[in-house]
Amino acid sequence: MAAVSAISFSLFNFVGDPVNNMVGQDATREQRVEIRQQLGLDDPVLTQYTRFIGNVLQGDFGLSYRIKRPVSTLILERLPATLELVFVSALIALVVGIGLGVYTGIKRDTWISRIVMSVSLVGVSLPTFIIGIALIYLFAVHLRWLPSSGRSGAIDLGFWKTSLLSVDGWRAIVLPAITLSLFQLTMILRLVRAEMLEVMRADYIKFARARGLAERSIYFVHALRNTLVPVITVIGLNIGGLIAYSVITETVFQWPGTGLMFIQAVDFVDVPIMAAYLIFVALLFVVINLIVDILYFVVDPRIRLGGS
Amino acid sequence: MQTRKLFTVSLIAILTAGAVSAENVLRWTSQGDALTMDPHSQNEGPTMAMNGQFYEALVTRDEAMLLKPELASSWTSAADGWTFKLRKGVKFHDGADFTAEDVVFSFNRAKHEASDYKEQAKNVVSVEVIDDYTVKLLTDGPNPILPNQLSDLFIMDSGWAKANNVENPQDFAGKEETFAVRNANGTGPFVLGSRAPDEMTVLTRNANWWGNDMFPGNVDKIEYRPISNAATRVAALLSGEVDFVLDAPLQDLKRIEAADGLQVKTVAQIRSIFFGMDQGVDELRSSNIKGKNPFKDARVREAFNLSVDKKAIQRVVMEGLSFPTAMITPPGVLGNTPELDESYGFDLDRAKSLMADAGYGDGFEIQLDCPNNRYNNDEKICQAAVAMLAKIGVKVKLDAIPKAQHFPKIQKRVTDFYMLGWGVSTLDSHYVFSYLIESKGSWNGTGYSNARVDEITKMIASETDIPKRTALIDEAWTIVKSEMPYVPIHHQVLAWGMSDNIDIPISSDDRLRPRFVVMK
Repeated sequence: MAAVSAISFSLFNFVGDPVNNMVGQDATREQRVEIRQQLGLDDPVLTQYTRFIGNVLQGDFGLSYRIKRPVSTLILERLPATLELVFVSALIALVVGIGLGVYTGIKRDTWISRIVMSVSLVGVSLPTFIIGIALIYLFAVHLRWLPSSGRSGAIDLGFWKTSLLSVDGWRAIVLPAITLSLFQLTMILRLVRAEMLEVMRADYIKFARARGLAERSIYFVHALRNTLVPVITVIGLNIGGLIAYSVITETVFQWPGTGLMFIQAVDFVDVPIMAAYLIFVALLFVVINLIVDILYFVVDPRIRLGGS
Repeated sequence: MQTRKLFTVSLIAILTAGAVSAENVLRWTSQGDALTMDPHSQNEGPTMAMNGQFYEALVTRDEAMLLKPELASSWTSAADGWTFKLRKGVKFHDGADFTAEDVVFSFNRAKHEASDYKEQAKNVVSVEVIDDYTVKLLTDGPNPILPNQLSDLFIMDSGWAKANNVENPQDFAGKEETFAVRNANGTGPFVLGSRAPDEMTVLTRNANWWGNDMFPGNVDKIEYRPISNAATRVAALLSGEVDFVLDAPLQDLKRIEAADGLQVKTVAQIRSIFFGMDQGVDELRSSNIKGKNPFKDARVREAFNLSVDKKAIQRVVMEGLSFPTAMITPPGVLGNTPELDESYGFDLDRAKSLMADAGYGDGFEIQLDCPNNRYNNDEKICQAAVAMLAKIGVKVKLDAIPKAQHFPKIQKRVTDFYMLGWGVSTLDSHYVFSYLIESKGSWNGTGYSNARVDEITKMIASETDIPKRTALIDEAWTIVKSEMPYVPIHHQVLAWGMSDNIDIPISSDDRLRPRFVVMK
């Protein structure tokens, strides 16, 4: 994380000059110079970085140049929107991905499987924003079933603003969540399918059949469980990916989360927000990887027992 | 049976919930959200558009850009300033009376070092209270256009500001958010209701507004939803989720027009797009010509103007949505005349012979600096210009970059050849001369310097004899047109998309004026 903060900080020098956005076109050159001095923008990068880290260690991420509000408050305000979006799309990706993966793995030659596999190619190859716009035009403009953008229907619980407690909230989250999940969904689907095909040939499956176990229990208890270790690794890495991709999805759907805020910050060269966001994403990746490592122990007894 | 009935009833309730209320709700979207509610903190489009709904200035403009009384009811000029009679019986949203004291306070606040309006406010040296409803704005010598310079200077309540500790705008070094960032207390036609940044801001009509009976507007409530993605913004209009898109993307106008129940309105914007040529330095930074600067030669500047085909740019790049010009200031601004606005013709042969006469028959190399996210089709215009200039032998290397990196190049005077667009808030040529043409103008990156033009710029700042002043402005523009420090391209076009059920008069300054908006 120290590396991320250092690298990102040195990159900010190439993003542009924040002062130009902070003052109107009327401002004189003297006024611009003065603001640069106030903000310490003319100091060497190392000095700026040390000052920044010093403040962060005291819990002070500074004030946004653009909105003039504390960065930590802004991120906390936007976080629920992003986390709920990521949560719902991860859920869609997991349930649909694993479900279809198992199905296409077992019944690989039915026409449903073939359709699923060819459609999944679209999910892998189309960029997120095109899928998003296409969904908006289909469901919002043509059919008019769902809102095109925004986060209407969110209910404020005081500490957390949620979309998951009202019909309108769900209507608003469906399209962005599907858009965001599509890539992960197809990845999981293809991975589970490949693993299933391999596992189904294993001796213990034949043995299970010989024991006369029900098909359902063979598929979901014996086979699926053994496909899960690689799947969890990929999912773990990809939840991080979901948060990263949410930058694009949030922009397309005007979803008021941290990703949208980050894009606007980049546009404005709002350095305090960009710095805090990147550090925050780095932190998330670390936490997710930790959780994934713990999950290995739960799923695979060999790892649990291997040490002793 | 029972449950089905219940279901039907609740379904009907859900479906009609939005339609029951008879109030006129204007659902409005544009690209960006307001950054702050502080009226003196950010001189930026969406912020002003929002703050202008709850804050008012002494004078304002109507949809045709004519100056109209707002918080002042009348004004007269004298040699040392202007006297404004204030409107009586006006109240701020919290119930406080609007008086001369608030005007004094607001001008001092706008002049504060941390204000983003201090350049506009500096024309007022100080404010003298004559009585509770009369103020005199003292100027440094005669100022013929002072009222033009006041329409963006919003008036706050001094008592409210003191009580909430926001007597000064927030400075950049500040560590804490101030009260005025998220709260507003103006005299305007709308009151700030609920607000979720980047999601939705709800404004409700001020029942006590002084102008309620004077204007045709019948909007009771405004729901403002910023949508940053252009395609999504159009989708929201097409799907009927919003009634009004302030910044409809030019490539989607035909689609909006073709849709049932929607219409598009366009008008020439108060913003001109042009290229600057640095004729001030002794040697261009990016050119292969060493020891001299080709732009110092007026023939080269004329050749550039003749070889960039503005009509082709209008037709091919802008799909007809631009007004080719030879001026860097648009119609509607005092000083723009049809004769001066007439574009330099496109004449490749003459351009080639001018280049040959100047000794650059084989052309030269140069870099064109261009923003790629600021003006309508900015990068494409630059690409077109590169191809056009190649025909007179000039090899242009294009550097199209985001605005945050582009504008500092002009500010720091490190660009030889650049694109810039300029809007004119005062609708007077003095603003353009003092920033773009005067030798020391802060945005004059061309190094252009003409003693007579500089002199005129000074004179028109204080000349109160209007016909004489207009003649001076005309003289200066005629000099500029013949000396060509810039390559003017066109004036931009504004396009608003809206539902057929609303009559929104479009304004060339891109501001929504709900007091004229009639919903059917």
